[in-house]
Amino acid sequence: MMWELIGIYVAIISLIIGAIFTMVGAIGMLKLDNPMSRLHAPTKVGTVGIGALLLASMIHSWVTADGSFNELLIMAFLFVTAPISANFIAKVYLHTNEDKTLPKPPRDDTWSTLNVPAADRDLIED
Amino acid sequence: MKSAVRWLMPHPFLTLILAVVWTLLQNDISAGMVVFGLILGILIPWGTAAWWPDQPQDFRLGKMVSYATIVLWDILVANVQVAWIVLTRSNESLRPAWVVIPLDLREPEAITILAGTITLTPGTVSADLSSEGHSLLVHALDCPDPDAVRDEIKDRYERRLKEIFL
Repeated sequence: MMWELIGIYVAIISLIIGAIFTMVGAIGMLKLDNPMSRLHAPTKVGTVGIGALLLASMIHSWVTADGSFNELLIMAFLFVTAPISANFIAKVYLHTNEDKTLPKPPRDDTWSTLNVPAADRDLIED
Repeated sequence: MKSAVRWLMPHPFLTLILAVVWTLLQNDISAGMVVFGLILGILIPWGTAAWWPDQPQDFRLGKMVSYATIVLWDILVANVQVAWIVLTRSNESLRPAWVVIPLDLREPEAITILAGTITLTPGTVSADLSSEGHSLLVHALDCPDPDAVRDEIKDRYERRLKEIFL
């Protein structure tokens, strides 16, 4: 009984932490002004926000029922896929904006996103 | 014997991961489920072997575990830092910058892990790789000194990854 109560309180605290972090992620998306800076808020704050919500779900299921491991899988896939979606958004930014502050790579000719084969150059002109 | 094992499990680590994922999906650790997971873990890499031509190179599992612990801790710290920046700093006082990181790593797997780590950790998102794969383009949210960020990433993550992938 005692443990059940403690577990439920821990789950409540994780829910609140998760909700706060998720909200900060949303605020960051709205507040920051440059597309690349906006990418920072959801990629980082989102992972801990959702992580805390999943932790709450896991604690709740362990305390009140048989317990569940599915949340571990969700967390693992989230950690693997979040950087990839961030990378795709960054690539779209590089494609659609000519960023004057973009540095040149020190050893190679250009960045791979901007490296268009000569045969395809006329496709991106229009 | 060794070649029989190689034939049965061309990617032993993938076999293990598939078995663990299957068991977690079932939400029920019983001998039957673990055995079925192992059967899947052997059949799926065998069926898709044509798309996995390279044998994975060796890596040190122990160092991988300590690396993952460091990264998990950094993710927690990074989240609090970024949340703090978002809530308290004005847009004008932020100095976003591009950081170029020259890579010593050559293995695609190691570069992928490094790029993922950079995206998940303090104030940085990895954006692109140079055309021949010798440098990594990273965007930093608030970065008065790009050289310090570059040195920290090289020292904290890349040096450890070099020890993991031999």
